[in-house]
Amino acid sequence: MTDTALYDIPGPRARRRHLVYGLAATAVILGIIAWALYLLFDTNQFTAEKWRPFAYEGIQELLLRGLGNTLKAFAYAAVLSLALGGLLACGRLSEHRLVRWIATLFVEFFRAMPVLVMIFFVFVALKVQPLPALVTGLTLYNGSVLAEVFRSGVNSVDRGQREAAYALGMRKTQVMTHVLVPQAVRAMLPAIISQLVVALKDTSLGFLITYEEFLHAGKLIASNLDYGLPFIPVVLIISPIYIGMCMLLSWFATWVAKRQRRSLKTEAVEVAPAEPGTLLPGAGQIHP
Amino acid sequence: MNVLTDNLSLYGKGLLGTVELTVYASLLALVLGFVMASFRVAPVGSLRVFGTAWVTVLRNTPLTLLFFAVLLGLPRFGVVLPFELFAVLALGCYTSAFICEALRSGINTVPTGQGEAARSLGMTFGQTLSLVVLPQAFRSVIPPIGSTLIALAKNSAIAGSFSVTELLGTYKPLNELGYSIVWTFVWIAVGYLIVTLSISAIFNVLEKRWGVPR
Repeated sequence: MTDTALYDIPGPRARRRHLVYGLAATAVILGIIAWALYLLFDTNQFTAEKWRPFAYEGIQELLLRGLGNTLKAFAYAAVLSLALGGLLACGRLSEHRLVRWIATLFVEFFRAMPVLVMIFFVFVALKVQPLPALVTGLTLYNGSVLAEVFRSGVNSVDRGQREAAYALGMRKTQVMTHVLVPQAVRAMLPAIISQLVVALKDTSLGFLITYEEFLHAGKLIASNLDYGLPFIPVVLIISPIYIGMCMLLSWFATWVAKRQRRSLKTEAVEVAPAEPGTLLPGAGQIHP
Repeated sequence: MNVLTDNLSLYGKGLLGTVELTVYASLLALVLGFVMASFRVAPVGSLRVFGTAWVTVLRNTPLTLLFFAVLLGLPRFGVVLPFELFAVLALGCYTSAFICEALRSGINTVPTGQGEAARSLGMTFGQTLSLVVLPQAFRSVIPPIGSTLIALAKNSAIAGSFSVTELLGTYKPLNELGYSIVWTFVWIAVGYLIVTLSISAIFNVLEKRWGVPR
Protein backbone atom coordinates (compact mmCIF):
# COMPACT_ATOMS: atom_id res chain seq x y z
CA MET A 1 0.00 0.00 0.00
CA THR A 2 2.88 2.37 -0.55
CA ASP A 3 1.86 3.48 -4.02
CA THR A 4 -1.10 5.58 -3.02
CA ALA A 5 -1.32 9.33 -2.74
CA LEU A 6 -3.22 9.05 0.52
CA TYR A 7 -0.43 8.60 3.05
CA ASP A 8 3.27 8.10 3.54
CA ILE A 9 4.98 4.89 4.51
CA PRO A 10 4.00 4.67 8.20
CA GLY A 11 6.59 5.21 10.90
CA PRO A 12 6.74 3.28 14.18
CA ARG A 13 4.02 5.30 15.91
CA ALA A 14 1.65 5.17 12.96
CA ARG A 15 2.28 1.46 12.66
CA ARG A 16 1.38 0.96 16.31
CA ARG A 17 -1.79 2.96 15.78
CA HIS A 18 -2.69 0.96 12.71
CA LEU A 19 -2.17 -2.22 14.69
CA VAL A 20 -4.67 -1.03 17.29
CA TYR A 21 -7.17 -0.09 14.57
CA GLY A 22 -6.58 -3.44 12.93
CA LEU A 23 -7.27 -5.35 16.12
CA ALA A 24 -10.42 -3.33 16.77
CA ALA A 25 -11.65 -3.87 13.21
CA THR A 26 -10.89 -7.59 13.41
CA ALA A 27 -12.89 -7.79 16.63
CA VAL A 28 -15.85 -6.04 15.02
CA ILE A 29 -15.74 -8.24 11.91
CA LEU A 30 -15.45 -11.41 13.96
CA GLY A 31 -18.34 -10.14 16.06
CA ILE A 32 -20.51 -9.74 12.96
CA ILE A 33 -19.61 -13.24 11.77
CA ALA A 34 -20.34 -14.67 15.21
CA TRP A 35 -23.67 -12.88 15.29
CA ALA A 36 -24.60 -14.28 11.88
CA LEU A 37 -23.64 -17.78 13.03
CA TYR A 38 -25.64 -17.29 16.23
CA LEU A 39 -28.67 -16.28 14.17
CA LEU A 40 -28.26 -19.38 12.01
CA PHE A 41 -28.07 -21.65 15.05
CA ASP A 42 -30.81 -19.77 16.86
CA THR A 43 -33.28 -20.30 14.03
CA ASN A 44 -32.37 -24.01 13.89
CA GLN A 45 -30.73 -23.96 10.49
CA PHE A 46 -28.19 -26.62 11.41
CA THR A 47 -30.57 -29.30 12.58
CA ALA A 48 -29.97 -32.70 11.02
CA GLU A 49 -33.47 -32.72 9.60
CA LYS A 50 -32.77 -29.80 7.29
CA TRP A 51 -29.48 -31.18 6.02
CA ARG A 52 -30.57 -34.77 5.62
CA PRO A 53 -31.98 -34.35 2.09
CA PHE A 54 -28.52 -33.59 0.72
CA ALA A 55 -27.43 -37.11 1.61
CA TYR A 56 -30.10 -38.58 -0.66
CA GLU A 57 -29.03 -39.63 -4.10
CA GLY A 58 -32.19 -38.31 -5.75
CA ILE A 59 -31.63 -34.83 -4.35
CA GLN A 60 -27.98 -34.86 -5.37
CA GLU A 61 -28.99 -35.90 -8.84
CA LEU A 62 -31.55 -33.10 -8.96
CA LEU A 63 -28.91 -30.55 -8.00
CA LEU A 64 -26.40 -31.96 -10.48
CA ARG A 65 -28.98 -31.93 -13.25
CA GLY A 66 -29.70 -28.29 -12.42
CA LEU A 67 -26.01 -27.48 -12.52
CA GLY A 68 -25.70 -29.31 -15.82
CA ASN A 69 -28.57 -27.29 -17.27
CA THR A 70 -26.95 -24.06 -16.09
CA LEU A 71 -23.68 -25.04 -17.74
CA LYS A 72 -25.50 -26.10 -20.89
CA ALA A 73 -27.21 -22.72 -21.18
CA PHE A 74 -23.87 -21.03 -20.53
CA ALA A 75 -22.10 -23.07 -23.20
CA TYR A 76 -24.74 -22.32 -25.83
CA ALA A 77 -24.87 -18.65 -24.89
CA ALA A 78 -21.08 -18.29 -24.87
CA VAL A 79 -20.55 -19.88 -28.27
CA LEU A 80 -23.48 -18.11 -29.91
CA SER A 81 -22.64 -14.71 -28.46
CA LEU A 82 -19.04 -15.03 -29.61
CA ALA A 83 -20.35 -15.78 -33.10
CA LEU A 84 -22.87 -12.95 -33.01
CA GLY A 85 -20.24 -10.61 -31.59
CA GLY A 86 -17.89 -11.46 -34.44
CA LEU A 87 -20.61 -10.91 -37.00
CA LEU A 88 -21.67 -7.57 -35.51
CA ALA A 89 -18.06 -6.43 -35.19
CA CYS A 90 -17.58 -7.19 -38.91
CA GLY A 91 -20.67 -5.11 -39.57
CA ARG A 92 -19.43 -2.20 -37.49
CA LEU A 93 -16.02 -2.27 -39.16
CA SER A 94 -17.54 -2.56 -42.61
CA GLU A 95 -16.80 -0.03 -45.33
CA HIS A 96 -20.42 0.09 -46.43
CA ARG A 97 -22.25 2.80 -44.59
CA LEU A 98 -25.61 0.99 -44.54
CA VAL A 99 -24.16 -2.17 -43.00
CA ARG A 100 -22.29 -0.09 -40.45
CA TRP A 101 -25.43 1.78 -39.48
CA ILE A 102 -27.53 -1.31 -39.08
CA ALA A 103 -24.89 -3.00 -36.96
CA THR A 104 -24.45 0.09 -34.81
CA LEU A 105 -28.18 0.43 -34.26
CA PHE A 106 -28.44 -3.23 -33.33
CA VAL A 107 -25.53 -3.10 -30.91
CA GLU A 108 -26.63 0.12 -29.23
CA PHE A 109 -30.22 -1.04 -28.82
CA PHE A 110 -29.41 -4.39 -27.28
CA ARG A 111 -26.81 -2.94 -24.98
CA ALA A 112 -29.32 -0.43 -23.64
CA MET A 113 -32.01 -3.03 -22.93
CA PRO A 114 -32.09 -5.12 -19.77
CA VAL A 115 -31.29 -8.76 -20.64
CA LEU A 116 -34.37 -9.82 -18.78
CA VAL A 117 -36.67 -7.81 -21.05
CA MET A 118 -35.30 -9.67 -24.08
CA ILE A 119 -35.56 -13.02 -22.35
CA PHE A 120 -39.16 -12.34 -21.33
CA PHE A 121 -40.00 -11.02 -24.76
CA VAL A 122 -38.76 -14.18 -26.44
CA PHE A 123 -40.35 -16.36 -23.79
CA VAL A 124 -43.76 -14.69 -23.60
CA ALA A 125 -44.31 -13.13 -26.99
CA LEU A 126 -42.68 -15.75 -29.21
CA LYS A 127 -43.81 -18.60 -26.91
CA VAL A 128 -40.64 -20.67 -27.08
CA GLN A 129 -39.21 -23.10 -24.55
CA PRO A 130 -37.30 -21.65 -21.59
CA LEU A 131 -33.84 -22.79 -22.73
CA PRO A 132 -33.95 -21.21 -26.22
CA ALA A 133 -35.49 -18.07 -24.73
CA LEU A 134 -32.72 -17.78 -22.15
CA VAL A 135 -30.00 -18.47 -24.71
CA THR A 136 -31.47 -16.00 -27.20
CA GLY A 137 -31.64 -13.22 -24.63
CA LEU A 138 -28.14 -13.84 -23.37
CA THR A 139 -26.79 -14.10 -26.91
CA LEU A 140 -28.35 -10.84 -28.06
CA TYR A 141 -27.02 -8.92 -25.08
CA ASN A 142 -23.57 -10.47 -24.72
CA GLY A 143 -23.10 -10.62 -28.47
CA SER A 144 -23.67 -6.88 -28.69
CA VAL A 145 -21.27 -6.17 -25.85
CA LEU A 146 -18.67 -8.52 -27.32
CA ALA A 147 -19.01 -6.79 -30.69
CA GLU A 148 -17.84 -3.61 -29.01
CA VAL A 149 -14.94 -5.48 -27.41
CA PHE A 150 -13.92 -6.94 -30.76
CA ARG A 151 -14.19 -3.62 -32.50
CA SER A 152 -12.10 -1.75 -29.97
CA GLY A 153 -9.64 -4.65 -30.01
CA VAL A 154 -9.15 -4.44 -33.75
CA ASN A 155 -8.92 -0.66 -33.55
CA SER A 156 -6.33 -0.87 -30.79
CA VAL A 157 -3.80 -2.60 -33.02
CA ASP A 158 -1.09 -0.17 -34.02
CA ARG A 159 -1.96 1.69 -37.21
CA GLY A 160 1.39 0.88 -38.76
CA GLN A 161 0.48 -2.80 -38.82
CA ARG A 162 -2.51 -2.18 -41.06
CA GLU A 163 -0.63 0.25 -43.27
CA ALA A 164 2.30 -2.13 -43.66
CA ALA A 165 -0.05 -4.97 -44.57
CA TYR A 166 -1.80 -2.86 -47.21
CA ALA A 167 1.55 -1.72 -48.50
CA LEU A 168 2.50 -5.37 -49.03
CA GLY A 169 -0.50 -5.65 -51.30
CA MET A 170 -2.82 -7.62 -49.00
CA ARG A 171 -6.55 -7.40 -49.50
CA LYS A 172 -8.86 -6.10 -46.78
CA THR A 173 -9.89 -9.60 -45.71
CA GLN A 174 -6.28 -10.73 -45.62
CA VAL A 175 -5.28 -7.72 -43.56
CA MET A 176 -8.02 -8.57 -41.10
CA THR A 177 -7.46 -12.29 -40.80
CA HIS A 178 -3.69 -12.40 -41.08
CA VAL A 179 -2.61 -9.22 -39.34
CA LEU A 180 -5.18 -7.42 -37.25
CA VAL A 181 -7.34 -10.14 -35.72
CA PRO A 182 -4.51 -12.37 -34.43
CA GLN A 183 -2.97 -9.43 -32.62
CA ALA A 184 -6.31 -8.12 -31.41
CA VAL A 185 -7.44 -11.46 -29.99
CA ARG A 186 -4.41 -11.65 -27.79
CA ALA A 187 -5.02 -8.18 -26.41
CA MET A 188 -8.72 -8.56 -25.82
CA LEU A 189 -8.79 -12.07 -24.40
CA PRO A 190 -9.15 -10.85 -20.78
CA ALA A 191 -12.06 -8.58 -21.73
CA ILE A 192 -13.76 -11.44 -23.58
CA ILE A 193 -13.43 -13.80 -20.61
CA SER A 194 -14.76 -11.14 -18.24
CA GLN A 195 -17.80 -10.77 -20.45
CA LEU A 196 -18.26 -14.55 -20.36
CA VAL A 197 -18.38 -14.28 -16.56
CA VAL A 198 -21.30 -11.90 -17.02
CA ALA A 199 -22.97 -14.45 -19.28
CA LEU A 200 -22.43 -17.20 -16.70
CA LYS A 201 -23.91 -15.03 -13.97
CA ASP A 202 -26.88 -14.14 -16.14
CA THR A 203 -27.76 -17.77 -16.82
CA SER A 204 -29.36 -17.59 -13.37
CA LEU A 205 -32.05 -15.42 -14.97
CA GLY A 206 -33.38 -18.66 -16.38
CA PHE A 207 -34.79 -19.24 -12.92
CA LEU A 208 -37.29 -16.46 -13.55
CA ILE A 209 -38.68 -18.11 -16.69
CA THR A 210 -38.90 -21.54 -15.03
CA TYR A 211 -35.89 -22.97 -16.83
CA GLU A 212 -34.85 -25.98 -14.76
CA GLU A 213 -31.42 -24.72 -13.80
CA PHE A 214 -29.41 -24.72 -10.60
CA LEU A 215 -31.50 -22.21 -8.62
CA HIS A 216 -34.67 -23.91 -9.75
CA ALA A 217 -33.43 -27.22 -8.35
CA GLY A 218 -32.59 -25.42 -5.13
CA LYS A 219 -36.05 -23.92 -4.93
CA LEU A 220 -37.63 -27.35 -5.36
CA ILE A 221 -35.65 -28.72 -2.44
CA ALA A 222 -36.19 -25.63 -0.32
CA SER A 223 -39.96 -25.79 -0.61
CA ASN A 224 -40.13 -29.37 0.56
CA LEU A 225 -42.14 -29.62 3.77
CA ASP A 226 -40.83 -33.10 4.60
CA TYR A 227 -37.41 -31.67 5.36
CA GLY A 228 -38.68 -28.66 7.29
CA LEU A 229 -38.29 -26.14 4.43
CA PRO A 230 -34.48 -26.24 4.27
CA PHE A 231 -34.10 -22.87 2.54
CA ILE A 232 -30.97 -21.63 4.28
CA PRO A 233 -29.11 -24.93 3.84
CA VAL A 234 -29.96 -24.81 0.15
CA VAL A 235 -28.58 -21.27 -0.14
CA LEU A 236 -25.51 -22.29 1.84
CA ILE A 237 -24.85 -25.09 -0.63
CA ILE A 238 -25.81 -23.40 -3.89
CA SER A 239 -24.10 -20.04 -3.44
CA PRO A 240 -20.55 -21.31 -2.90
CA ILE A 241 -20.83 -23.48 -6.00
CA TYR A 242 -22.31 -20.74 -8.18
CA ILE A 243 -20.06 -17.97 -6.88
CA GLY A 244 -17.08 -20.33 -7.02
CA MET A 245 -17.65 -21.03 -10.71
CA CYS A 246 -17.85 -17.33 -11.52
CA MET A 247 -14.78 -16.58 -9.41
CA LEU A 248 -12.82 -19.29 -11.18
CA LEU A 249 -13.63 -17.74 -14.54
CA SER A 250 -12.84 -14.22 -13.24
CA TRP A 251 -9.50 -15.38 -11.91
CA PHE A 252 -8.78 -16.98 -15.24
CA ALA A 253 -9.41 -13.60 -16.87
CA THR A 254 -7.04 -11.78 -14.50
CA TRP A 255 -4.46 -14.53 -14.92
CA VAL A 256 -4.60 -14.17 -18.68
CA ALA A 257 -4.39 -10.40 -18.34
CA LYS A 258 -1.33 -10.69 -16.11
CA ARG A 259 0.35 -13.08 -18.49
CA GLN A 260 -0.37 -10.71 -21.37
CA ARG A 261 1.23 -7.86 -19.55
CA ARG A 262 4.44 -9.83 -19.22
CA SER A 263 4.44 -10.94 -22.83
CA LEU A 264 6.43 -8.77 -25.23
CA LYS A 265 4.10 -9.43 -28.13
CA THR A 266 1.21 -7.48 -26.68
CA GLU A 267 3.25 -4.66 -25.28
CA ALA A 268 1.27 -1.50 -24.63
CA VAL A 269 -1.92 -2.73 -26.21
CA GLU A 270 -4.70 -2.98 -23.72
CA VAL A 271 -8.37 -3.34 -24.54
CA ALA A 272 -10.70 -1.87 -22.01
CA PRO A 273 -13.66 -4.02 -21.17
CA ALA A 274 -16.80 -2.87 -22.89
CA GLU A 275 -19.05 -0.53 -21.02
CA PRO A 276 -22.71 -1.28 -20.70
CA GLY A 277 -25.45 0.94 -21.83
CA THR A 278 -25.52 4.14 -23.57
CA LEU A 279 -23.16 6.63 -24.94
CA LEU A 280 -20.88 7.36 -22.01
CA PRO A 281 -17.47 8.49 -23.10
CA GLY A 282 -14.44 6.82 -21.63
CA ALA A 283 -15.97 4.43 -19.16
CA GLY A 284 -14.01 1.25 -18.71
CA GLN A 285 -15.84 -1.05 -16.35
CA ILE A 286 -17.14 -4.52 -16.71
CA HIS A 287 -20.88 -4.49 -16.77
CA PRO A 288 -22.31 -5.75 -13.49
CA MET B 1 -50.60 1.58 -30.02
CA ASN B 2 -53.61 1.85 -27.74
CA VAL B 3 -51.84 -0.42 -25.25
CA LEU B 4 -50.10 2.67 -23.97
CA THR B 5 -53.01 5.10 -24.04
CA ASP B 6 -55.40 2.63 -22.38
CA ASN B 7 -53.01 1.71 -19.60
CA LEU B 8 -51.14 4.90 -19.00
CA SER B 9 -51.54 4.66 -15.23
CA LEU B 10 -50.28 1.07 -15.15
CA TYR B 11 -47.23 1.96 -17.22
CA GLY B 12 -46.74 5.11 -15.16
CA LYS B 13 -46.80 3.10 -11.94
CA GLY B 14 -44.31 0.64 -13.40
CA LEU B 15 -41.97 3.35 -14.61
CA LEU B 16 -42.20 5.09 -11.25
CA GLY B 17 -41.41 1.82 -9.51
CA THR B 18 -38.32 1.32 -11.66
CA VAL B 19 -37.17 4.90 -11.06
CA GLU B 20 -37.72 4.60 -7.30
CA LEU B 21 -35.84 1.30 -7.13
CA THR B 22 -33.01 2.78 -9.17
CA VAL B 23 -32.73 5.95 -7.09
CA TYR B 24 -32.84 4.28 -3.67
CA ALA B 25 -30.57 1.42 -4.69
CA SER B 26 -28.13 3.92 -6.26
CA LEU B 27 -27.95 5.89 -3.03
CA LEU B 28 -27.34 2.74 -1.01
CA ALA B 29 -24.77 1.54 -3.54
CA LEU B 30 -22.92 4.86 -3.56
CA VAL B 31 -22.75 5.03 0.24
CA LEU B 32 -21.77 1.38 0.68
CA GLY B 33 -19.37 1.58 -2.24
CA PHE B 34 -17.68 4.61 -0.72
CA VAL B 35 -17.33 2.85 2.65
CA MET B 36 -15.93 -0.27 1.01
CA ALA B 37 -13.54 1.74 -1.16
CA SER B 38 -12.22 3.52 1.94
CA PHE B 39 -11.78 0.10 3.56
CA ARG B 40 -9.87 -1.14 0.55
CA VAL B 41 -7.39 1.74 0.55
CA ALA B 42 -7.09 1.86 4.36
CA PRO B 43 -3.72 1.17 5.97
CA VAL B 44 -5.45 -1.33 8.27
CA GLY B 45 -5.03 -4.91 7.06
CA SER B 46 -8.23 -6.43 8.36
CA LEU B 47 -10.39 -3.71 6.82
CA ARG B 48 -8.63 -4.23 3.49
CA VAL B 49 -9.34 -7.95 3.66
CA PHE B 50 -12.99 -7.29 4.48
CA GLY B 51 -13.38 -4.83 1.60
CA THR B 52 -11.66 -7.17 -0.84
CA ALA B 53 -13.81 -10.10 0.24
CA TRP B 54 -16.97 -8.00 -0.09
CA VAL B 55 -16.08 -6.93 -3.61
CA THR B 56 -14.85 -10.31 -4.82
CA VAL B 57 -17.84 -12.21 -3.55
CA LEU B 58 -20.51 -9.75 -4.67
CA ARG B 59 -18.97 -9.19 -8.10
CA ASN B 60 -19.15 -12.91 -8.75
CA THR B 61 -22.63 -13.45 -7.35
CA PRO B 62 -25.42 -13.84 -9.87
CA LEU B 63 -27.93 -11.13 -9.02
CA THR B 64 -30.81 -13.58 -9.20
CA LEU B 65 -29.13 -15.71 -6.55
CA LEU B 66 -28.73 -12.63 -4.36
CA PHE B 67 -32.40 -11.70 -4.79
CA PHE B 68 -33.35 -15.30 -4.09
CA ALA B 69 -31.28 -15.37 -0.90
CA VAL B 70 -32.30 -11.93 0.36
CA LEU B 71 -36.01 -11.93 -0.48
CA LEU B 72 -36.70 -15.50 0.52
CA GLY B 73 -33.91 -16.02 3.06
CA LEU B 74 -34.00 -13.03 5.37
CA PRO B 75 -37.62 -13.62 6.43
CA ARG B 76 -36.40 -16.94 7.91
CA PHE B 77 -34.47 -14.90 10.46
CA GLY B 78 -37.52 -12.92 11.39
CA VAL B 79 -36.50 -9.96 9.25
CA VAL B 80 -39.79 -9.00 7.66
CA LEU B 81 -39.65 -5.93 5.44
CA PRO B 82 -41.65 -4.89 2.41
CA PHE B 83 -40.42 -6.51 -0.82
CA GLU B 84 -39.36 -3.12 -2.19
CA LEU B 85 -36.92 -2.67 0.68
CA PHE B 86 -35.46 -6.14 0.20
CA ALA B 87 -35.04 -5.43 -3.50
CA VAL B 88 -33.28 -2.13 -2.77
CA LEU B 89 -31.03 -3.96 -0.31
CA ALA B 90 -30.08 -6.67 -2.81
CA LEU B 91 -29.56 -4.27 -5.72
CA GLY B 92 -27.67 -1.76 -3.59
CA CYS B 93 -25.30 -4.31 -2.07
CA TYR B 94 -24.65 -5.90 -5.46
CA THR B 95 -23.92 -2.59 -7.18
CA SER B 96 -21.82 -1.30 -4.27
CA ALA B 97 -19.09 -3.77 -5.23
CA PHE B 98 -18.82 -2.21 -8.69
CA ILE B 99 -19.00 1.34 -7.32
CA CYS B 100 -16.24 0.44 -4.87
CA GLU B 101 -13.97 -0.73 -7.67
CA ALA B 102 -14.66 2.41 -9.71
CA LEU B 103 -13.88 4.66 -6.73
CA ARG B 104 -10.77 2.73 -5.82
CA SER B 105 -9.33 2.89 -9.30
CA GLY B 106 -10.22 6.60 -9.33
CA ILE B 107 -8.23 7.15 -6.14
CA ASN B 108 -5.37 5.14 -7.56
CA THR B 109 -5.17 7.35 -10.64
CA VAL B 110 -4.15 10.31 -8.47
CA PRO B 111 -0.35 10.47 -8.76
CA THR B 112 1.59 9.80 -5.56
CA GLY B 113 3.33 13.15 -5.99
CA GLN B 114 0.07 14.97 -5.35
CA GLY B 115 -0.23 13.51 -1.87
CA GLU B 116 3.45 14.03 -1.14
CA ALA B 117 3.23 17.65 -2.20
CA ALA B 118 0.16 18.20 -0.06
CA ARG B 119 1.83 16.68 2.98
CA SER B 120 5.01 18.64 2.49
CA LEU B 121 2.90 21.80 2.49
CA GLY B 122 1.84 20.74 5.98
CA MET B 123 -1.67 19.55 5.15
CA THR B 124 -3.25 17.08 7.53
CA PHE B 125 -4.66 13.76 6.33
CA GLY B 126 -8.17 15.19 6.22
CA GLN B 127 -7.05 18.16 4.17
CA THR B 128 -5.04 16.00 1.77
CA LEU B 129 -8.03 13.79 1.29
CA SER B 130 -10.72 16.44 0.90
CA LEU B 131 -8.75 19.15 -0.94
CA VAL B 132 -6.31 17.23 -3.09
CA VAL B 133 -7.04 13.54 -3.59
CA LEU B 134 -10.82 13.27 -3.70
CA PRO B 135 -11.46 16.21 -6.08
CA GLN B 136 -9.03 14.70 -8.57
CA ALA B 137 -10.40 11.20 -8.10
CA PHE B 138 -13.96 12.47 -8.55
CA ARG B 139 -13.17 13.79 -12.01
CA SER B 140 -11.95 10.49 -13.36
CA VAL B 141 -14.64 8.46 -11.66
CA ILE B 142 -17.71 10.04 -13.29
CA PRO B 143 -17.94 7.85 -16.44
CA PRO B 144 -17.48 4.44 -14.75
CA ILE B 145 -19.99 5.31 -12.04
CA GLY B 146 -22.40 6.43 -14.73
CA SER B 147 -22.22 3.11 -16.54
CA THR B 148 -22.52 1.22 -13.27
CA LEU B 149 -25.73 3.10 -12.43
CA ILE B 150 -27.11 2.45 -15.91
CA ALA B 151 -26.44 -1.23 -15.34
CA LEU B 152 -28.22 -0.92 -11.99
CA ALA B 153 -31.29 0.52 -13.68
CA LYS B 154 -31.31 -2.39 -16.11
CA ASN B 155 -30.76 -4.92 -13.34
CA SER B 156 -33.75 -3.58 -11.43
CA ALA B 157 -35.90 -5.50 -13.92
CA ILE B 158 -35.17 -8.64 -11.91
CA ALA B 159 -37.09 -7.21 -8.96
CA GLY B 160 -40.30 -7.42 -10.97
CA SER B 161 -40.19 -11.20 -10.84
CA PHE B 162 -40.02 -11.05 -7.05
CA SER B 163 -43.36 -9.25 -6.73
CA VAL B 164 -42.02 -5.70 -6.70
CA THR B 165 -43.90 -3.17 -8.81
CA GLU B 166 -41.68 -2.11 -11.68
CA LEU B 167 -41.72 -1.65 -15.41
CA LEU B 168 -41.08 -5.16 -16.74
CA GLY B 169 -43.72 -6.60 -14.40
CA THR B 170 -46.44 -4.63 -16.19
CA TYR B 171 -46.42 -7.13 -19.05
CA LYS B 172 -48.30 -9.63 -16.91
CA PRO B 173 -51.59 -7.80 -16.25
CA LEU B 174 -51.55 -6.44 -19.80
CA ASN B 175 -51.06 -9.93 -21.18
CA GLU B 176 -54.04 -11.13 -19.17
CA LEU B 177 -56.12 -8.23 -20.47
CA GLY B 178 -55.42 -9.53 -23.96
CA TYR B 179 -53.40 -6.69 -25.41
CA SER B 180 -50.92 -7.27 -28.20
CA ILE B 181 -47.90 -8.67 -26.42
CA VAL B 182 -45.42 -7.22 -28.91
CA TRP B 183 -46.65 -3.67 -28.38
CA THR B 184 -46.65 -4.18 -24.63
CA PHE B 185 -42.97 -4.99 -24.82
CA VAL B 186 -42.25 -2.15 -27.21
CA TRP B 187 -43.53 0.33 -24.63
CA ILE B 188 -41.64 -1.42 -21.84
CA ALA B 189 -38.48 -1.11 -23.93
CA VAL B 190 -39.21 2.57 -24.49
CA GLY B 191 -39.59 3.01 -20.73
CA TYR B 192 -36.21 1.46 -20.06
CA LEU B 193 -34.64 3.57 -22.78
CA ILE B 194 -36.06 6.68 -21.09
CA VAL B 195 -34.53 5.66 -17.76
CA THR B 196 -31.11 4.66 -19.09
CA LEU B 197 -30.85 7.61 -21.46
CA SER B 198 -31.71 10.07 -18.68
CA ILE B 199 -29.02 8.61 -16.42
CA SER B 200 -26.54 8.84 -19.24
CA ALA B 201 -27.64 12.43 -19.95
CA ILE B 202 -27.13 13.37 -16.28
CA PHE B 203 -23.67 11.87 -16.28
CA ASN B 204 -22.79 13.52 -19.58
CA VAL B 205 -23.60 16.87 -17.99
CA LEU B 206 -21.49 15.98 -14.93
CA GLU B 207 -18.69 14.86 -17.22
CA LYS B 208 -18.81 18.08 -19.20
CA ARG B 209 -18.86 20.18 -16.07
CA TRP B 210 -16.25 18.40 -13.97
CA GLY B 211 -14.78 15.55 -15.98
CA VAL B 212 -11.20 15.20 -17.12
CA PRO B 213 -10.93 17.06 -20.41
CA ARG B 214 -10.10 14.69 -23.22
